Amino acid sequence: MSNLVSGQTGDWEVVIGMEVHAQVTSQAKLFSGSSTTFGAGPNENVSLVDAAMPGMLPVINEACVRQAVKTGLGLKADINLYSVFDRKNYFYADLPQGYQISQFKHPIVGEGVLTIELADGSAHDIGIERIHLEQDAGKSLHDQHPSKSYIDLNRSGVALMEIVSRPDLRSAEQAGAYIKKLRSILRYLGTCDGNMEEGSLRADVNVSVRRPGEELGTRTETKNLNSVRFIMQAIDYEVERQIEVIEAGGTIDQETRLFDTSTGATRQMRSKEDAHDYRYFPDPDLLPLQLTAAFVDEIKAELPELPDDIKTRMVSEYGLSSYDASVLTEERETASFYEEASKGRDRKLVANWMTSELFGALNKAGKTLANSPVSPDALGALVDLISDGTISGRIAKDVFAEMFETGRPAADIIEEKGLKQVSDSGAIEGLIEQVMAENQDKVDEYRSGKDKLFGFFVGQTMKLSGGQANPAMVNQLLKEKLK
Amino acid sequence: MDSYLELTATQARAALQNKEISATELTNAYLTAATATEALNNYVCMTADKALEMAAASDKRIADGTAGPLEGLPVGVKDLFCTKGVATTACSAILKGFVPEYESSVTSQLWSDGAVMLGKLNCDEFAMGSANETSVFGAAVNPWSAQGGADLAAGGSSGGSASAVAAGSALLATGTDTGGSIRQPAAFCGVVGMKPTYGRCSRWGIVAFASSLDQAGPFTRDVADSALMFASMAGHDAKDSTSADASLPDLQAALHASVKGMKIGIPAEYVMDSMDEAITKLWQQGQDWLVEAGAELVPISLPHTRYALPAYYIIAPAEASSNLARYDGVRYGARIEAGHSLDDMYEATRAAGFGDEVQRRIMIGTYALSAGYYDAYYLKAQQVRRLIKDDFDKAFEGVDAILTPATPTAAFPLGVKQDDPITMYLNDVFTVPANLAGIPGISVPAGFSDSGLPLGLQVLSGAFREDTLYTVAACLEKQAGFSGQPPRHAAMMN
Repeated sequence: MSNLVSGQTGDWEVVIGMEVHAQVTSQAKLFSGSSTTFGAGPNENVSLVDAAMPGMLPVINEACVRQAVKTGLGLKADINLYSVFDRKNYFYADLPQGYQISQFKHPIVGEGVLTIELADGSAHDIGIERIHLEQDAGKSLHDQHPSKSYIDLNRSGVALMEIVSRPDLRSAEQAGAYIKKLRSILRYLGTCDGNMEEGSLRADVNVSVRRPGEELGTRTETKNLNSVRFIMQAIDYEVERQIEVIEAGGTIDQETRLFDTSTGATRQMRSKEDAHDYRYFPDPDLLPLQLTAAFVDEIKAELPELPDDIKTRMVSEYGLSSYDASVLTEERETASFYEEASKGRDRKLVANWMTSELFGALNKAGKTLANSPVSPDALGALVDLISDGTISGRIAKDVFAEMFETGRPAADIIEEKGLKQVSDSGAIEGLIEQVMAENQDKVDEYRSGKDKLFGFFVGQTMKLSGGQANPAMVNQLLKEKLK
Repeated sequence: MDSYLELTATQARAALQNKEISATELTNAYLTAATATEALNNYVCMTADKALEMAAASDKRIADGTAGPLEGLPVGVKDLFCTKGVATTACSAILKGFVPEYESSVTSQLWSDGAVMLGKLNCDEFAMGSANETSVFGAAVNPWSAQGGADLAAGGSSGGSASAVAAGSALLATGTDTGGSIRQPAAFCGVVGMKPTYGRCSRWGIVAFASSLDQAGPFTRDVADSALMFASMAGHDAKDSTSADASLPDLQAALHASVKGMKIGIPAEYVMDSMDEAITKLWQQGQDWLVEAGAELVPISLPHTRYALPAYYIIAPAEASSNLARYDGVRYGARIEAGHSLDDMYEATRAAGFGDEVQRRIMIGTYALSAGYYDAYYLKAQQVRRLIKDDFDKAFEGVDAILTPATPTAAFPLGVKQDDPITMYLNDVFTVPANLAGIPGISVPAGFSDSGLPLGLQVLSGAFREDTLYTVAACLEKQAGFSGQPPRHAAMMN
């Protein structure tokens, strides 16, 4: 599939790189003991260090270091045993120290890779350039008072991982797939909750266009995008804008842009000339971070199975289609729901029921797997009842609807409503005889060679049984009786 | 009561234990002395009520037999240490009205060892200066200033600490030393000042000047007191990532050990043309004393010494430019509302809040870290720093300690060097290398200039070898037999 975009004057290739800020899942901040709980009142989670009181010093939180290493390992990246924290200096009211502690020259994680899969089934390896640890800033609230800004330092000092991709992405679709896959891996690893609405995962998107095969064009950076949709919209907008500018004879300025969520447009935030000189230098309050190979190995041993591995296993061991396996591994919760529901059962049948009935019902009800009225065990039990012939697949759909509605187990519903499949040959023969008696004319037509009528007899018999007759037995017995 | 003031800390401790005096009496004597010597401007804030409260608690612990190592000993605190409930300003207008809700680790340790806090001592603004002249409270005065003559500099940045200990208005005092801020004022005022190995004393709760160089240390009357106070100030602190988790050597044994057989390095590069002749003589005298006591002199070379001062005046301002960014008028301290934007407020606050020297260093540091200049200045300075450390490492392979003058001159009159920052910076020429290398250094009063002003000798040792430092310092102190009362002090007390 070609990713080229046609302009007025020919084709353009889009080049995208992403810098994703992922909030590290941890109890405490990166350099202080303050809590990181979301939703606390303004300035409740602020220590003397976070407020940059005189004489306060940062002390690295080992839990955050572990999370960064874990993330690196999950992205098959090199772990740098030696890394350095630097100060990124700039003034802002929600940056109490007057600098952000970050990692500049020596990040904790080096090169890695993330594989994305697109709707057309194609897979692409996207390079990860680096991951570094850094502090988040506080939050400025400009809409609380007519003439003052309010500052909330709860986020000040919270640990972020900046995950920087290579400029390997070629379309908004790929960028969307990248952030979704990254989010999924982070959630599997438990290193970031991936909650984009709460700001736990935000992306800066670098976009440029060029003629195929030519040198890279000048890029713009659109900051702070907090949904997959916004990321894709911002890219589409930038691509179109840049092509228009260049084709009209203009040039692209290297600049920082903001995305307007209400219009879907990007606009200039600051030009290259206004760019800050951050005066990075190693933070003298912190020693270089030196990890041992044993520390990294210990984390490696704790790594959970990741979506790509689970998917491979689902295809090879469970016989699922690649598509179903992708759907079932996108979220950690989905995969574990599926594993639990399908354990010791017909894996493919459970997969079908999850991807069609359960997801359909959840979608329709506006619910997620986390608050599904049907538990993994309940879904499994339903599939068991289909497998052992207690109910037909047709009846099962009604039972499932009832289960979803009431949260009751399948067996209870079947029992109460008498939906059990009839597999007693005597009973089925009785039904068949009644149908034949009521449709003697059709019996004669069939016997005189009108084979097509067989379906009619099956339908009538099933209808008479209220759908409960075992369809296979109905077929078999009908053939015998109609001979 | 005056006689109490003559006691060293070690002697006062014994007198307190033997109930010859009470902590309350001793504290009162110091509070009175501090008031009598107010003109020296070495205190920026007295905490008399707190002092008497602490002294009463000390008396109780002495009576209970639970006295700590510094029980009842009155201490003055450099205004760079955050003290809970007591204004802490770093002698800057920008921290006007700032009262910390926390106590620095070092002072916490002093108080838990029983010391009594007298008040906060004057210093250069944010510890930037060599004469205590950049303090928003005005300069501390050297008690050795001649009666009726010009006021002399107490040195800097810990000028208030040196002045108070010399004047007998504090028995002990804390200081901090980034490039000589303990050793130079100690030499100017005729007291003992020690800068420990970097990492010995926690920096937590001390207003930062240059994080990789700052180190707290004691001001005392004599070498034994210095060891006593240092032991209380030192110790690993998990709240300071650069704090060393290393146990202290046996300092009491070190005080009584002999220098016999020790090798003392005499660095060729510390001979300076501009040095006072009296200092050259004193340095030679110090060498003779050590030889008499059985030490062996070894000529050594510290070839990168001449680059120490330039490197220091890149690294220290670079770190300071970043460390001082937090004083922005947003959360605490002074704020000047001006203009309409956040930047207007920053500019007005920082222009009014910081004095000239601090602004100068912030600008130098900002420049040195700027894109395009970083490699030429900051990075180069760090490389020089490494070479200087290597010089010392190499030297200490062959010698136990190094003897140098503490300062190139005796105390100079206040005001004379204010217009010439470079001349002022030259004061630190002998002290700065130890900060860059992270090694300990001590200034011991050992003689007098032609005009009767005290002069100090500096001893340097390898990192974490404060025991060697104290052995050599104790020997010099004994041989020198330094004594003498600052004339201004005597006049005021009468």
